[in-house]
Parts: sequence; structure tokens; C-alpha cells
Amino acid sequence: MIGQRLLLGVLTLFIISVVIFGATELLPGDLARELLGQSATEETLAALREQLGLNDPAPLRYWNWLAGVLQGDFGMSMATQKPISELVGARLGNTLFLALYAAALAVPFALLLGVLAALWRNSIFDRASNALALTAISFPEFFVAYTLIFWLAQSGLFPSMVRITGSTTTGDLLYMAFLPALTLTLVVTAHMMRMTRAAIINLLASPYIEMARLKGMSPIRVVLRHAVPNALAPIINVVALNLAYLITGVVVVEVVFVYPGLGQLMIDAVSNRDIAVVQAIALIFASAYVLLNLLADVLSTIINPRLMHRK
Amino acid sequence: MTILLSIVVGLALFFMIGFAARAVLQAFAPAHHKPTFRDMPLTASFGLAVILLYIFVAVFAPLIAPYGESEVLGAQFLPWASPHYLGTDKLGRDMLTRLIYGARNTVGIAFATTALAFFVGSFLGIWAALVGGWLDQWLSRFVDALMAIPALIFSLLLLTIFGTSVLTLILVIAAVDATRVYRLARSVAQGIVVMDFIEAARLRGEGMWRLIRREILPNAMAPLVAEFGLRFCFVFLSISALSFLGLGIKPPTADWGSMVRENATLITFGDITPLLPAGAIALLTVAVNFVVDWQLHRASGLKE
Repeated sequence: MIGQRLLLGVLTLFIISVVIFGATELLPGDLARELLGQSATEETLAALREQLGLNDPAPLRYWNWLAGVLQGDFGMSMATQKPISELVGARLGNTLFLALYAAALAVPFALLLGVLAALWRNSIFDRASNALALTAISFPEFFVAYTLIFWLAQSGLFPSMVRITGSTTTGDLLYMAFLPALTLTLVVTAHMMRMTRAAIINLLASPYIEMARLKGMSPIRVVLRHAVPNALAPIINVVALNLAYLITGVVVVEVVFVYPGLGQLMIDAVSNRDIAVVQAIALIFASAYVLLNLLADVLSTIINPRLMHRK
Repeated sequence: MTILLSIVVGLALFFMIGFAARAVLQAFAPAHHKPTFRDMPLTASFGLAVILLYIFVAVFAPLIAPYGESEVLGAQFLPWASPHYLGTDKLGRDMLTRLIYGARNTVGIAFATTALAFFVGSFLGIWAALVGGWLDQWLSRFVDALMAIPALIFSLLLLTIFGTSVLTLILVIAAVDATRVYRLARSVAQGIVVMDFIEAARLRGEGMWRLIRREILPNAMAPLVAEFGLRFCFVFLSISALSFLGLGIKPPTADWGSMVRENATLITFGDITPLLPAGAIALLTVAVNFVVDWQLHRASGLKE
């Protein structure tokens, strides 16, 4: 079971790399002319084609690119003339830190709210948290971010920009990155909470839960000991899905808070049409997305004995 | 203190609009629809009222707006005072006017994109379910591959390759979202194609187009309409996000996403003007979500 899923994951990664690399082939004309514009001379076009390796056939270029990527070499950035691995390397850590920070805040918070809403379903708390969650899901990230800046950064409580220098300690970073992390938390919590609530409520109708209740167990014990373990698989799935969502969510949030991460780099690269950088970052984001989904599938298989021993 | 006050005012407005909209809808609904609106939750009637308001503003924008869309009228960043009730932006254009025109541009473009994504996605999805076999296999695996890449990242990649303009924006977002619509349309249609009346229609010799339009589509409408609302929210949010990032709708066209970006510096001086366009986006998506939630609840026949 798990071996099969892992193999499928590797295949997905391969297909993604083909799609990301092959997308440039969709262009009807010549990539070099598209990037330089109509006024470019023949010499500069030829030089750019040479630099991008456009004279080779596409499969050969793909192979060279993939071989480079697997060794950590993403090629050169056209706009800055620096190796991409150097640009990406420093920022990858920052983005991972922000995503993990947000996850550490969001996951316990969402699970707690979800369990409580299921426990007190149809109460005022349940209805209010449901309406709030629906509202939060529909907010654009930058609205949440600027509202938080207005409320919390205006009064000088937290900084509205993140500046990372050589002397920044982890404690400083946790403090500076609090608002971006909180923004991401608010954006993803709603979905996780709703799914947790739905997964638990689904189970509460089953006979073994009724049995537990008839034995005279307290509602909290019924939910925590009997319902939650069986609801873990869908909960793990939705947590992974939202962590994967965090990865794309960081793009907007990084721009708002001037956070030096991969998202910022990607937006700059898109406006400069620095295709090699965009491809590299897209590949990193997409791989993280695929790997998280893979992890969720493997985890929910492991915790469910029925799936482990399927005929 | 101001926070508490704004929450109270917001809640009061919500209940007022909700109750008023429900009463009006109930009064003017045809007789057989009256029970639908009577049992409607407040969130849904509030959502409907807000959506109608946005449509009204978008359609009559030139009549409501006090100035021209990209008219430069005075100094930049003027405070909220007559004649510029919401101040001016960084080029000295009237903020209120641009907010009103934004309804037309941002919502209009998002709606066109969603419609395009829906047309392409649902047609391909139903077609794949109807034909089956290798066509279904190839299309579905192709869509799976595209869906393995996060939507925003894939749109950014495509925008780098094709350049940024309103037309490419619409096409790129529509293409990315059509994959999601395809998934749903195919799975809904798969349940329908196996039914007897489709078999009968086939034996009658109905063509592909007629089968899709007259036999399958009417039966797949309910989930597709709910999905249209949700999709619209996604498209609307991603277009706004891209415009906010400077890669979507470009000035001088008034657009809420880029308006937030242009005036964002004001927020550090304690001026809430940049929150207005962002709030306009948020309010519409909330409203659509409320209505869709109600529709889904009704369609599923759940009575809690």
C-alpha cells in the first residue's frame, strides 16, 4: 500500500517537473524575442538564445535542467546574473520558518475549536464560530494582513515589517514574524476547524458512540477517547491540505510584510519575467505541496489498521 | 474602544440588512417560492442583499460616481472631506469614484473569467464522462497533472511566460480554474450517464451536443450552480491577489486589488482608506459564500 503510494508520489513529482519546464514551450513564438521585445537586435537575441540554451532540442534541455536541479543547481538568474541556488538558498529557510510558525499556531488552535464546536454543536458557540469561519475563509489575505497592521502595528505593539540581518536572534524573529504568522493562521484555521467539526459530528451518530454514552461517559471523554481517534484520518488530510495551502499563502503575506522569503523573490521574478527563477521556485513550491499530500496519505494509512491490511 | 464600537455597528447593520432583505424578498416572491424565503437564514438574506447591491453599483457606476474613473482632481492623499468624501489616492484621483468603478472592473472581470472557466470545464468534463474510454483517461490524467501544482503558483508561472495583461490574466485564471470545474462536472456527469434515460436518448439517435445540453446538463445543474458561486469566490480572490501583487489589472483601470497596493503606505499613518477596497472584496466573497452555503444546505436536504 504505502510503497505504491510513494511510487505514485515520485511519478507526480516527475510529471510536475515536465509541466513546469514544458510550459515555456506553449509560447507560439520564440521565448527570447518574447522576453526582449520587438526592438531587440538579432545579435542580442542570438546571445540570449545561447545563454538560455534555446538552440538545443527541448527534451535535451529538459534533461540538462533536471540533472542540474537534482544536484541543487537551478541555473542563472537573468535579471540579477547570480546563480539561482544562491538567491533561493537564503530565502527558503525564511519561508519555511514562517510556514512552520504559522502551522504551530494554527493546528492546535483549529483542532481545539473544531472539537469544542462538535462537542457543543448547535449552541451559540458553534453557530458563531461557524459564521466566523465562513467569513474568515472568504477574506483575501491582504485584507486580514492590513487589518492586523492597523490594529496591532499602529500602536507599536508589533513591527509591520520584517528585517532580517546577521545579528537577528530566533527570539527577535519570532517577535518580528508574529503578524505575518498570525495572518496565515487566521486564513487557514477556519477551514481546518470546519473539517474537524464535520469529521467528528459524522462519527457521533455511530452506534459505538451511543454505547459509550449509554455507559454513562462524560461527553468530553466520548469525543476525545472514542470519536477523535477514528476521525484522525480526515483531520490529518485537512491539516496537510492547509499546510500545503500555507505554502502558496505565504506569497501574498510576504509581500505585505516585506518578509524576505521565496514568495517575494517569485513575485519580483514574475514582474522581471525572469523565467528560470520562476521555474525554480514553482518547482520548490509544487514539490512541497505534493510531498505534504503524500505525507498525509501515508500517515492516514498508517493510523488506520483497516487500510494497512486491505485485501 | 473604536474596535468594539465598529464590531457593534457592523453586527447591527448585518441584522438590519438581513431582516429587511428577508422581509422584502418574502413580500415580492411568487406564491410558490414564499416558503423558501421564509426559512432562509439571516446570513443568506444578508448575502443576497449585498450581491444585489454590488450588481446595482457595477451596472450604474457612471451614474453614481461623482467624477470620472481616472480623472486627476487635486492634491494626492487628501483626507476624508467634502467634496472628496473618501479622500484622494496617490495620484489625486477621487477614492469614492474609483471604488465604484472598481465594482464594475474587478467584479466584471472575475465574472467573465468564472463563466469562461465554467463553460470550458463543464463541457469537457461532461464530454469526458459521456464518451469514456481513452478520451476520459487522457483528459483526466492531464487535469490531474495540472492540479498537482498549486493554483496561484501555476498562474504565476503562466503569467511569466505569456506576459501580464488583462486578457492573459483572464485566460490564465480561467485555464487554471477550468481544471477544478472539469473534476466536478465529470464526477457529477458520471452518475448521470449510466441512467436509463440517457441510454434511451442515445438509442433515439440524439447527438453529442443535444445529449449534453438537454439530457445531462439539466440534471447536473444544482451542484454546478453551487460550485459556480464557490469558484467565483476563488477566481475573484486570485484576481485581486494578482492585482495586489502588481501582476493583474493595471492602472489607470480602477481595480480594488491594485488600489490596496497603491495606497498601502497610508495604513502605517493610521488611515484606513486602503482597507476600503480590500473590505469591498471581502464583503462580496462573504456574501456569495453565505448564499452558496444556504443553497448547499437546501440541496442536501439537511434539517438539523
